[in-house]
Amino acid sequence: MADAAVTAAAPVRPAHYGSMSRDRRWAMRWSYFFLVLFAIFFLTPPLYMLLTSLKTSAEISAATNPWWVFAPTLENYVALLTKNEFLVFFRNSALVSVCVVTVTMVISVLAAFSLARMKFWGSATLATGVFLTYLVPDTLLFIPLFKMFAWFRDLTGIELINHWWTMIILYPTLSVPFATWIMIGYFASIPKELDEAALIDGAGWFQTLTKIFIPVAMPGIIAAMIFSFTVSWAQFLYPLAFTTSSSELLLPVGIVTTLIKGDVFNWGQIMTGALLGAAPPLIIYAFLMDYYVAGLTAGATKG
Amino acid sequence: MAQVTLRKVVKKYDEVPAVRGVDLDIADKEFIVLVGPSGCGKSTTLRMIAGLEEITGGDIAIGGNIVNDVPPKDRDIAMVFQNYALYPHMNVYENMSFGLKLKKTPKAEIDKRVRLAAGILDITELLDRKPKALSGGQRQRVAMGRAIVRDPKVFLFDEPLSNLDAKLRVQMRTEIKKVHQKVRTTTVYVTHDQVEAMTLADRVVVMNQGLIEQVGTPNDLYHSPATKFVAGFIGSPAMNFIPCQVEQAAGALRIRLTDALSFPVPAERTARYTPYVGKPSLVLGLRPEHIIETRPHIEPNQHDFDMKIDVVEPMGMETLVYFTVNGVEVCGRVNPNAGAAAAKTMKLRADLSNMHLIDDTTGKVL
Amino acid sequence: MADVTAPNSAVLVQSNRSSLHKLMQRKSTIAFLMALPLILLIAILVVYPAGYAIWLSMLNKSMSKFVGFGNFEFLFKRQTFWDVVFQSCLFAITAVIFKAMIGFVVAHFVHNIPSKGQRKWRGMLLVPWVIPPAMSTLAWLWLFDPSYSAFNWILAHFGIGPVPWLGEAGWARFAVILVNIWAGAPFFMIMYLAALKSVPDQLYEAAAIDGAAWWQRIWYVTLPMMRNIIAITALFSLIVTFANFDITRVLTSGGPLTATHLFATWAFKVGIESGDIPLGATVSLFMVPILAVAAAFILRDINKRGSEV
Repeated sequence: MADAAVTAAAPVRPAHYGSMSRDRRWAMRWSYFFLVLFAIFFLTPPLYMLLTSLKTSAEISAATNPWWVFAPTLENYVALLTKNEFLVFFRNSALVSVCVVTVTMVISVLAAFSLARMKFWGSATLATGVFLTYLVPDTLLFIPLFKMFAWFRDLTGIELINHWWTMIILYPTLSVPFATWIMIGYFASIPKELDEAALIDGAGWFQTLTKIFIPVAMPGIIAAMIFSFTVSWAQFLYPLAFTTSSSELLLPVGIVTTLIKGDVFNWGQIMTGALLGAAPPLIIYAFLMDYYVAGLTAGATKG
Repeated sequence: MAQVTLRKVVKKYDEVPAVRGVDLDIADKEFIVLVGPSGCGKSTTLRMIAGLEEITGGDIAIGGNIVNDVPPKDRDIAMVFQNYALYPHMNVYENMSFGLKLKKTPKAEIDKRVRLAAGILDITELLDRKPKALSGGQRQRVAMGRAIVRDPKVFLFDEPLSNLDAKLRVQMRTEIKKVHQKVRTTTVYVTHDQVEAMTLADRVVVMNQGLIEQVGTPNDLYHSPATKFVAGFIGSPAMNFIPCQVEQAAGALRIRLTDALSFPVPAERTARYTPYVGKPSLVLGLRPEHIIETRPHIEPNQHDFDMKIDVVEPMGMETLVYFTVNGVEVCGRVNPNAGAAAAKTMKLRADLSNMHLIDDTTGKVL
Repeated sequence: MADVTAPNSAVLVQSNRSSLHKLMQRKSTIAFLMALPLILLIAILVVYPAGYAIWLSMLNKSMSKFVGFGNFEFLFKRQTFWDVVFQSCLFAITAVIFKAMIGFVVAHFVHNIPSKGQRKWRGMLLVPWVIPPAMSTLAWLWLFDPSYSAFNWILAHFGIGPVPWLGEAGWARFAVILVNIWAGAPFFMIMYLAALKSVPDQLYEAAAIDGAAWWQRIWYVTLPMMRNIIAITALFSLIVTFANFDITRVLTSGGPLTATHLFATWAFKVGIESGDIPLGATVSLFMVPILAVAAAFILRDINKRGSEV
């Protein structure tokens, strides 16, 4: 330490402290090291899906290194995309998802506007109730719903079991509560003066909603739409319980039930199907990641 | 013609009164400022005039028509909010024209009015911008523009400058005054800042605890406050309030602050204060500018006194000195060159011709 | 201008425009109508079925006779039921603890690196959450395949014999929990990352000046500031994990035998596949108590924060 003190006035640098930037560099290196490990853990299954989907059946059953594709081929994709059955699943899933997103947004935007701004008798209780509904899992409801559908058929003659469009009625129970919750949060964050200004400008309630609230809360609406789409695209239990004929299946159930025939696994096609089934949410996620994350965290940060 | 009249206006929130009976006549083209501490009911009063709050009792009339039950859009008013409440997804032009568009005003007319208002406020080149891309002062102008475009009977301002920094606030204050001189619309303006109230108003309404304390021109309020509240609220630094007694000695009145300190009452006030000789709980109200240093070349008189200074605050053009009398901190304004220093004794002079005698139990200025 | 005479109050004319009061009243009616679709949806498709489940649980298999708590008594006497209770609890608790820990650690690492790289890493690490669970579990199923397991291929290089990932009760339970952690940890990571970002930097700077080491900063600053989000995320995840269906169904279908059945998968097996609807309803009802407790805690937390605002 003595050699550091050149003159009496010069500040002394205690030698035993490492430099701050060096500490930080090491912290950074460790962070990257562990992040790489976790990224491997998190990305292995989807990457393995992709690897397998590019292999021929012969290569899959060969005793070669499973982590490498020696003879890449698109034959699995060609086989699936020309298979009528698979295209029907895809169409069913797409139709259901689009309808569910629409229905969800209409119901939840109207309700959220009413709950966040207009207030009526019992509206506070309802807001809490909406959140509670979100916590009721599908696994609790599918059995009574199954029975209710049978009873509904006896009453009206309308068969709800084994139709893909039944899901348009069912999925909103999963998407609407959280979408409403997100929208209540976004609407509540709009300053009250904005609707008062609109009121003075002569806008009615409906105009305030369509001309002010919806455009201003657009990020929230996009987040809620992404959420509803993801939920309805990924839903597995309801279609598994309520549909059986292959023309009525939705994509996830279709892939799981029709591509696995008994003990005969065509892994190349199964992985291709799984990848194609995962593609729409992944594509949306890739382009709208910030909205996706905003929707996910909305419950915690706005609630 | 757009007078605004309030008659015994009452507002209660679940039986908790916010406004407890306000009577006010606002003349056509007048600029009225409602001022008071937070929670005094000034904003509620404004919002009742706007129609954003239902009134619990009394009547509100705009232009001679009672509007108690008229929705805001039909009251022909325009309001500028504290946070401007600009529609964030619309550009300036759309913000200003939104109300007219909802009223189905012809496009050409809208365009004419928007450009006229933009010209008045000097925001013509901002018309395509979104509020996000505007500075605080520009947003303020747009908010005013939105009000002017509607050509309403009454402008309502709800603390429009409190989100701006100090310098901009002074600038926009002048701006608002200029705009009012141009468009001459009846204006009700709410603020908690007494300087804003004084500088802008034709008449100032001081409110406290849901009631009007005093209505008057800025000078009236400053020089002849009706109550201790008004006396203390208007003016900065605030008026000094020192407990005192009125004594009669040898045919003259004296104000006694402590055993050692008393001043003769000016002759013209003797008759006014005689009834209060020996009465308890009186307070002397004296503004800081009426406690000054004695100058060497001026004759000493009976209002001079020596005082040990506690704290000195140089302000540049003047220096504030603080000292303690009768257990109360008192502020005086002295010349910066008078040599004031903490813990030093200084010769001061009280100008009692501008004094106020206040009954501390009723709060009335006597 | 100040001395204008007050207009005579007799001049005031009562106008007969639409009443403000009526407007306010109409407002609440409109509000109710706007919320009505939501109310109907919840009432018909959530509240009613939930209540109906209770009724169903008290009927016999052909739903012709009221049996009271007969189904419950029947379940209590079956070993499988107690296995399912054990497995559900083990599954949910273990998975949530690991998801929370991994999420916390990964969130910290992401938070540590320069902010311009954070988006990219966050984007990669959230992928498991984005893929529909039924689809990603298929990939795991293939990775765990008895004859072609790619994991076993790697392990074989280290001389570790083929692991019966899904063929043996212990390993199967491990596999199901592992897949759930894989799918759920990113959600924790994203929530904790959002929470970390909301801790003001000044707090860390103040702690650093007070001489806190890195672990003290986490213990005394980060954790207390994040306590709310940690709790609410864990409770929420507990509900979702406890009621999980997709992963177990695709991976093991409850097997081998019943070693990995959870309430949801077993209710499906009993209620839909074996056609005993009342018994299936009874099984699924056993999820309610733990869901209710977790929901009550979440609600308390939300209300508390609501009143703080």
